[in-house]
Amino acid sequence: MISVIIIIAIALILSILYLVFRIGVLTNVLNGRYHKHVGIGNTVNSFLFIVVFVLGILAFYLSFESARDKFLPDAASEHGVKTDLLFWVIMSVLTLAFLITNALLYFFPFMYRFKEGNKAYFYPDNHTIERVWTIIPAIVMAGFVVYGYKEWHAITSPAPKGAEVIEVMGKQFAWQVRYPGADGKLGKYHYRKIDAVNEFGIDFNDVNSFDDFLPMELHLPKGKPVLLEIRARDVIHSVFLPHFRVKMDAVPGMPTKFWFTPTISTEEMRAKTNNPNFNYELACTEVCGRGHYAMRYLVVVDELVDYEKWKASQKTWASLNADYVATKAPEALKDKYLKDFLTKPATDTTLVSPVNTDSAAVSKMQASTK
Amino acid sequence: MSAVDTLHSGSLTDAHAHDHHDHEDLPWIRKYVFSEDHKIIAKQYLISGIIWAVIGGLLSVLFRLQLGFPDADLTWLKPLLGEWIQNGKLDPEFYLALVTMHGTIMVFFVLTAGLSGTFSNFLIPLQIGARDMASGFLNMLSYWFFFLSSAIMMMSLFIKTGPASGGWVIYPPLSALPQAIEGSGLGMTMWLVSMTFFIVSTLLGGLNYVTTIINLRTKGMTFTRLPLTIWAFFITAIIGILSFPVLLSAALLLVFDRSFGTSFYLSEIYIGGEALHNEGGSPILFQHLFWFLGHPEVYIVLIPALGITSEIVATNSRKPIFGYKAMIFSIVAIAFLSFIVWAHHMFVTGMNPFLGSIFMFLTLIIAVPSAVKAFNYIATLWRGNIVFTPAMLFSIGLVSFFISGGLTGIVLGNSAVDIQLHDTYFVVAHFHIVMGSASFFGMLAGVYHWFPKMFGRMMDERLGYIHFWLTFIGVYLIFFPMHYIGIAGFPRRYYSWTNFDAFNSFTDLNELISIAAIITFVSQFIFIFNFFYSIFKGRVSSLNPWNSNTLEWTTPLHPGHGNWPGEIPAVYRWPYDYSKPGSAADFIPQTIPFSQTPESNFPHEKDEE
Repeated sequence: MISVIIIIAIALILSILYLVFRIGVLTNVLNGRYHKHVGIGNTVNSFLFIVVFVLGILAFYLSFESARDKFLPDAASEHGVKTDLLFWVIMSVLTLAFLITNALLYFFPFMYRFKEGNKAYFYPDNHTIERVWTIIPAIVMAGFVVYGYKEWHAITSPAPKGAEVIEVMGKQFAWQVRYPGADGKLGKYHYRKIDAVNEFGIDFNDVNSFDDFLPMELHLPKGKPVLLEIRARDVIHSVFLPHFRVKMDAVPGMPTKFWFTPTISTEEMRAKTNNPNFNYELACTEVCGRGHYAMRYLVVVDELVDYEKWKASQKTWASLNADYVATKAPEALKDKYLKDFLTKPATDTTLVSPVNTDSAAVSKMQASTK
Repeated sequence: MSAVDTLHSGSLTDAHAHDHHDHEDLPWIRKYVFSEDHKIIAKQYLISGIIWAVIGGLLSVLFRLQLGFPDADLTWLKPLLGEWIQNGKLDPEFYLALVTMHGTIMVFFVLTAGLSGTFSNFLIPLQIGARDMASGFLNMLSYWFFFLSSAIMMMSLFIKTGPASGGWVIYPPLSALPQAIEGSGLGMTMWLVSMTFFIVSTLLGGLNYVTTIINLRTKGMTFTRLPLTIWAFFITAIIGILSFPVLLSAALLLVFDRSFGTSFYLSEIYIGGEALHNEGGSPILFQHLFWFLGHPEVYIVLIPALGITSEIVATNSRKPIFGYKAMIFSIVAIAFLSFIVWAHHMFVTGMNPFLGSIFMFLTLIIAVPSAVKAFNYIATLWRGNIVFTPAMLFSIGLVSFFISGGLTGIVLGNSAVDIQLHDTYFVVAHFHIVMGSASFFGMLAGVYHWFPKMFGRMMDERLGYIHFWLTFIGVYLIFFPMHYIGIAGFPRRYYSWTNFDAFNSFTDLNELISIAAIITFVSQFIFIFNFFYSIFKGRVSSLNPWNSNTLEWTTPLHPGHGNWPGEIPAVYRWPYDYSKPGSAADFIPQTIPFSQTPESNFPHEKDEE
């Protein structure tokens, strides 16, 4: 019933508007306004350009001032500070260009609006002026290219030796990270080894795999270069660490990398932002499906000492999932790395059931492989 | 404007006069539906484009509701959206479908087909002095392939699993795997089929435009006397012919991957509890192929709008366009560069960083010809005698968007800065202003300007003014704040930002954007009313309502098939002789020989005999 009333009301309003419009047209016809080549509307429009320009610049200024504290949140990496500076340098040059060109674009219509008896100035070209305004942008662009290249080259050059290597893997719809453990080497992986337990597809034929650990948060050392080895296992994701100015796609079948140096610990950032609940975050910036907007992963930057302590306290994934790993690893490695952790005799492979997992998913998967 | 007072090639005219008679007797269906007349085809494109624009705009209003008012109860949309509304909320996958279809529709169906299809078809024969397109039949096919493509795309909106939802760029593996997202099932198949027909349509149209412009110019219409509109359509068609086949090949390989088990784009994927057999493919290959079309596509959309603007700004400033040749060179330069900058969309895909620096360099070069164009527009306004028709207002609006959006492109083209800004709202703001709104304004300007030629009647000016100011201010209110949100790091294609501390702000700004978007969308109905009302009840137009120089205004009020009832007029001068010193009138049409205007001729100007 209400919707019917609403529809009738809208229809009435529209027909009234139509009538007003129709009456307006007819009075204009009666007054002979249509015989004029250029009417009063011309002056009104030319004034509106000035009004809109002045109000627009005012709105630009006020909104900028009120929003600026949220722009480019404090950069917490070495290169981030530099690219922020680059951004603001480019932005100030462009804002100047924006203001000058737009000012002319809005004032000329006002100044040179149609006046009866006036004649426009026949001015088809002027090669000197054209040359000048081709060369000036070219010089400015050349400056931007050189400056930008310098920063880009520094960021994308190979990571320094001794950088902390961490693997980040994206899947629908979560991030997971893997640390190389005590030996500093990540174990090999293969996508066919992925299952509901071994989400990374870690290859336990590789001796380096046994000390890898998979924490629930991404910990980074302050002041030490970090090299992220990035991959995805289903669709494209993109690693985005907004405070560190880090972004790199995670592509299935094509590992990528990005290195940077964190400069502000989580504690320091909490003090700096006056926000005791502040946390660094990892987000996804390549559309990856239903849960794209929810791929949040917690990032913690520790002082170097705390970071080493934290690392030492982590249990290896192989030890936490010894029964599972036992079914995948060759005998020699099994005896060496797993025997303290097994809950069942390692030989009895038929009885092994994965630990810490969603058993329904596993059985479904096993059914599908049969 | 006695144009037909000179010698003329008689045989051609006779042949066409005969032709002309035949078409008068055509049955209704050949005349208005399966028509081979370029003017009817142009109108078909225009009306289809308007319908698509309303749908595309409506989709954007739906997802703006979600972004601006994340807590609102949307149950009232259930009659429209059915099961896509769950518990009063938009389904997150449907949100992605909305974003995807909004992009696809606006880029291809509105701003490519609706803009190029309408104005290339309508203006090329009329402005170069031709009876019709080189091949009327292919031209008709071009529209009907587009119609077929539209029908398939439209149907995909209504299927149960939803339309394609992996973004308009349809990056695999997301677009290749129905396990990854429901829209990649039937919806994606229909998207690919639809786009295939769309590409066929674009190629048929493009080949026709190029052939017509090269071969069918009237006597005296040299390339240096072509209006800038025609130059723009000419270059646009060439870009389209060169780049759309690459999209077709990209789509074809994707079809193979989806349906025949090949591995062009797929490699080492574990999804839905199983490892797929595909190995050795590269998802990045698709991105290279896609953007090899995708970037030129930006200019396919923009260049016609710039051409239309050049014509309208000159006519209504009553001045020649400043730097005619520089305008042509800059269009050609932009078109050439548009083919070698595509990888600036891919700075953070893991592409070789050295390539990144090359593409940064090439990208920033584009700023130079673009700047030249902007300066030339402004110089054309300088010391003009400016008449503000609605078309002129929209053209000035376009120049403003072209500048504002172009400038932010310089920021994004810098690879080091792009690391942070890539895939944030800064990018969304940038391309919606420079490519979306600017091209859209070009299209509206064109409709207002050539409406009298299309329908023999005038659109209502005051409604045009209201439409312009609401839309112009609306567009800036929508997209200017988006830069702020982008600089703060908000990623695009997010259903909601509340999961993140870093993006859990700016709710007020997002609300403002959504309200502005709704108002702007509703204001477009002023235009739609004005358009359809004026077709039937608008004031009858005079033959040359804007006192314009170009050839189309020498045709009768309702040009029949063949455009000119008698001979095609010959052309003696360039199209921009406005306010020429010495001349009493402030315009001299292209059909007036120099021999008739001794008072205003420059020393080098005399008729070529």
